[in-house]
Amino acid sequence: MKPAAFDYHAPRTLEEALDLLAAYGEDAKPLAGGQSLVPTMNFRLAQPEVLVDLNSIEELFFMREGEGGLHCGAMTRQRTVERSAMAKQVAPLLYEAMPHIAHAQIRNRGTIGGSLAHADPAAELPAVAIALDASMYVRSVTDARWIAARDFYVGLFATAMEPGELLIEVAFPRPRPRSGWSFEEVARQHGNYAMCGAAAVVELSDRGVIERARLVFLSVGEGPVAADQAAAMLVGERPTATVLRAAAEEAATKEIDPVGDIHAGPAYRRHLARVIGERVLNSAAARAFEACPT
Amino acid sequence: MTTRQFGQPLKRNEDPRLLTGRALFTDDVQLPGMLHVAFWRSDLAHALIRSVDVESARKRPGVVAVYTAEDLGDFWQPGPLLLPPPPVEKLEFYPRTQVPLAKGMVRHAGEAVAMVVAESRYLAEDALDEVLVDYEPLEAVVDLEAALHDDAPLVHEDLGSNVNARVTQTKGDWAAAESEADLIIRRRFHYDRGTAAAMENRGIVSSWDERSQRLTVWDTTQAPIAIRNGLAAMLGLSEHQVRVIAPFIGGGFGPKIMMFYPEEVLLAWGALKLNCSLKWIEDREENFYATTQERGQMHDAAIALKSDGTVLGVKDVFLHDAGAYAPYGLTLPINSQCTLLGPYVVPNYHSEFTSVFTNKPIVTPYRGAGRQHGVFVMERLLDAAARRLSLDPAEIRRKNFIPPEEFPFSNEIIYQDFAPLVYDSGNYEPALDRALELIDYERFKREEQPRREAAGERVGIAVVNYIEGTGIGPYEGARVTVEASGKVSVATGVGTQGQGHYTSFAQVVAEQIGVDVSDIHVVTGDTDLFYWGAGTFASRGAVVAGNAMHAAATKVRGKILKLAGEKLEAAEEDLELIEGRVQVKGVPQTSISLGELAAEANPMRGAVQPGTEPGLEATEYFGPERGATASGVHAMILRVDPDTFLLEIERYVVVHDCGTVINPLILEGQIQGGVAQGIGNAFYEQLHFDENGALRNASLMDYLLPTASDIPNIVSDHVETPSPLNPLGVKGAGEAGAIPVGALFAQALDDAYRDIELEVREIPLSPNRLFELVGEALTREPA
Repeated sequence: MKPAAFDYHAPRTLEEALDLLAAYGEDAKPLAGGQSLVPTMNFRLAQPEVLVDLNSIEELFFMREGEGGLHCGAMTRQRTVERSAMAKQVAPLLYEAMPHIAHAQIRNRGTIGGSLAHADPAAELPAVAIALDASMYVRSVTDARWIAARDFYVGLFATAMEPGELLIEVAFPRPRPRSGWSFEEVARQHGNYAMCGAAAVVELSDRGVIERARLVFLSVGEGPVAADQAAAMLVGERPTATVLRAAAEEAATKEIDPVGDIHAGPAYRRHLARVIGERVLNSAAARAFEACPT
Repeated sequence: MTTRQFGQPLKRNEDPRLLTGRALFTDDVQLPGMLHVAFWRSDLAHALIRSVDVESARKRPGVVAVYTAEDLGDFWQPGPLLLPPPPVEKLEFYPRTQVPLAKGMVRHAGEAVAMVVAESRYLAEDALDEVLVDYEPLEAVVDLEAALHDDAPLVHEDLGSNVNARVTQTKGDWAAAESEADLIIRRRFHYDRGTAAAMENRGIVSSWDERSQRLTVWDTTQAPIAIRNGLAAMLGLSEHQVRVIAPFIGGGFGPKIMMFYPEEVLLAWGALKLNCSLKWIEDREENFYATTQERGQMHDAAIALKSDGTVLGVKDVFLHDAGAYAPYGLTLPINSQCTLLGPYVVPNYHSEFTSVFTNKPIVTPYRGAGRQHGVFVMERLLDAAARRLSLDPAEIRRKNFIPPEEFPFSNEIIYQDFAPLVYDSGNYEPALDRALELIDYERFKREEQPRREAAGERVGIAVVNYIEGTGIGPYEGARVTVEASGKVSVATGVGTQGQGHYTSFAQVVAEQIGVDVSDIHVVTGDTDLFYWGAGTFASRGAVVAGNAMHAAATKVRGKILKLAGEKLEAAEEDLELIEGRVQVKGVPQTSISLGELAAEANPMRGAVQPGTEPGLEATEYFGPERGATASGVHAMILRVDPDTFLLEIERYVVVHDCGTVINPLILEGQIQGGVAQGIGNAFYEQLHFDENGALRNASLMDYLLPTASDIPNIVSDHVETPSPLNPLGVKGAGEAGAIPVGALFAQALDDAYRDIELEVREIPLSPNRLFELVGEALTREPA
């Protein structure tokens, strides 16, 4: 379990990093927290020729409140968000999901951008990003663009980023008025990969009917899975237990296509999607009511 | 007055070194010019090797040598059979043992085919990518039943079948029991594989010194003396030319006693061949293939009872997965066969097993060593019977206990030590009563469970019993020496892997010599410091080595008293040993220190009496006539999330009887660690092999070990029924915690789902499997 030989660069500026990524193209891998890449290299499943270590690039480490809500530099450590009062206030769904990411030791090194760009279908952050309609800012030597979270994920461990592009920043929008959120997952052990998880956002009108909803699953597809039909079913309805259960049922039976692995077969994952979907919708709806002026 | 140290919960002497990172483990050994070894391992479970091309690997920078089976010449030999089969009539036995490097065929995934020696482990692993093995895949033997079909592929073609052994043992007459019975219950049970997953993987450093003509081997082995003897014989060296050191080891659990792992013989051979020092540290991925595993069994069992719940007999026919080679003889299935009978009177017993070769990693004992399987079968049969007879699970057990006046109690069949299975002592009912009291059994069933179930919860309670044959022979030895400093040094041949030997052995010695435990320096597992011994296994360290310590310390005490009597001009019976001094009872002014006595006993000049031995030292050996039988009860309250099928252990109780207790704190650690491994075995850990014999979860990302958050607080208590078979009255405690946990989970889950008559017949379980089992029970037609 020793990695194959590789060249290592530790640029101090973003420009240098982008130059390196442009120069080496697909032979290069950016190294963020290393919590997924390094084990994969030790198994020799990944054998990048060149590592571009982002850990010395100060401009990628930031977290601030801005127009787009909570703006996180790609190298923001997960633990920083987990401990941030600003994150709790500006992006409470993101904040709620943080402790579910692996273990504290891993979150100390793991980064927001690293997890989002790695696109592991069992990861929490991609599902949260879609549920919040977050945006990703990516750059290459020649180009810079914002990508909506739901367009960012294109398949198993795959994103819309091109070779040479680097994820720079993510913006997680603020909760809207009269909205509630929730995140839950089921893992065999705390800190382990989720067998199923879900993020939900429910927004009510001033008359108490659902105006907008998001329900996004993890670990039941090739990437984060947005249950849009279920969300659409909810719009215009009062969030009763029956309505929310029906939406979760719709999502679990029609909108996901889980594959099995040694920990959870497709039937059990579908069952969990129903259970977790209903739980997060209920809890998001309850919070939305709390957020309504009385 | 020295306070008594034997029996006290003393903190461990070794912990300051261990906890501050100052203890020597094998990977800490760094020698000048040391080279590093990596192995090319087969990714196929069963294949013919057409050719192995190592030429380009040899040419890589930093590579010193690459060896295949052909390069080993006459040194290439299958390993020794560790244990012959027990003396059972009509036993069939077809042994095949592992080879240093595969030649012609690979028989399990992970079997080593080539060995690379390089200047670093990195360079050695790079060279592995250049080893070209041309092989032809063969159909793999994976399933135990399919392995015995006439047209099954063969693991060892020359045997003509995949049968490793067939053994039948009987007591009484099962057919008679069957014909007298009011109720017969028949069931099929599965118990799948797990791995010990010690925190420290295996590792070896092997160093040949040309000038002294000595080979020194640091090895994570539980049996350094046997390794020394075997290596010396294989390499044509005198035993005195080989020193094997088993330093601190991060967990043994059984798989670290396997003579010989291919790496053990190859590192020693390579060091001689290259006249150098070699290091190989097993990585976690290798550990999943190259370290032995335990547990695949399938039982077809039946129990015959009277309508009042009295057991008349048990019949059990089972298949045992030996893996690709079976160097350890039949210890595991024999343990299953013998442990099944438990603490119960079973007048008639018919047990037959077939040990089966498969294309999976080698199977040798791992904590519990087959006992889990026997306990699971018996306890599940009793549970099924209790349900049919409307008896409480605790009561059907109580009804069938061996009464205390029946000891020694013979079960008539032959145990793993080849001695008849005779329980030395036991007293089962008080332990059961205490466990029921601690778990608050009656109240839970009467009040708490109905109340919580009415609120929509799923909660179950369980109580199971087990016995454990421990402390088997042949023997161990110990040397106790009082040094001129007044401190005491103690040596024994067994290795230590975290059991607290440095403290418990010191407590045994302190009891005789009257010094503080912290002034006793214990050395284990260095063949230069103690020559004879067998090893650490079968819960035998405290029993066998502990009693050798006791014998040696008692003899040294005699020497101390004799010499002190002369010096103090007092009768020996008037002397006492207190705080490192010998004094005339009640007259502390008339005393002499042990250090002064030790110096007196080793005079530098002058004449001594003929026959005088120097020093205050003695070496003694202890070998029990047979093993001591420990026993215990586990009880648990388990909550199931009815939606997710995740479990929460709300309360866990262990009441254990291992005879006289040397150190209750160390015992507690053994019990808790064992229960943790048992919980892992029951609900988290499973090795998933596919139909080609490939392991699908060879990493700790996918092989789930229980973590601190999965293990409940364990409430424990003890009953002490001393063993009459050794002077200390001790019984082994190393494996007890792990043995009954699967049976306990099964009973608790059944109880939580008794409305739908769930009946768990397999271990390990998982939330996914529970979801399936509950689904099946819900859709099953009512009987």
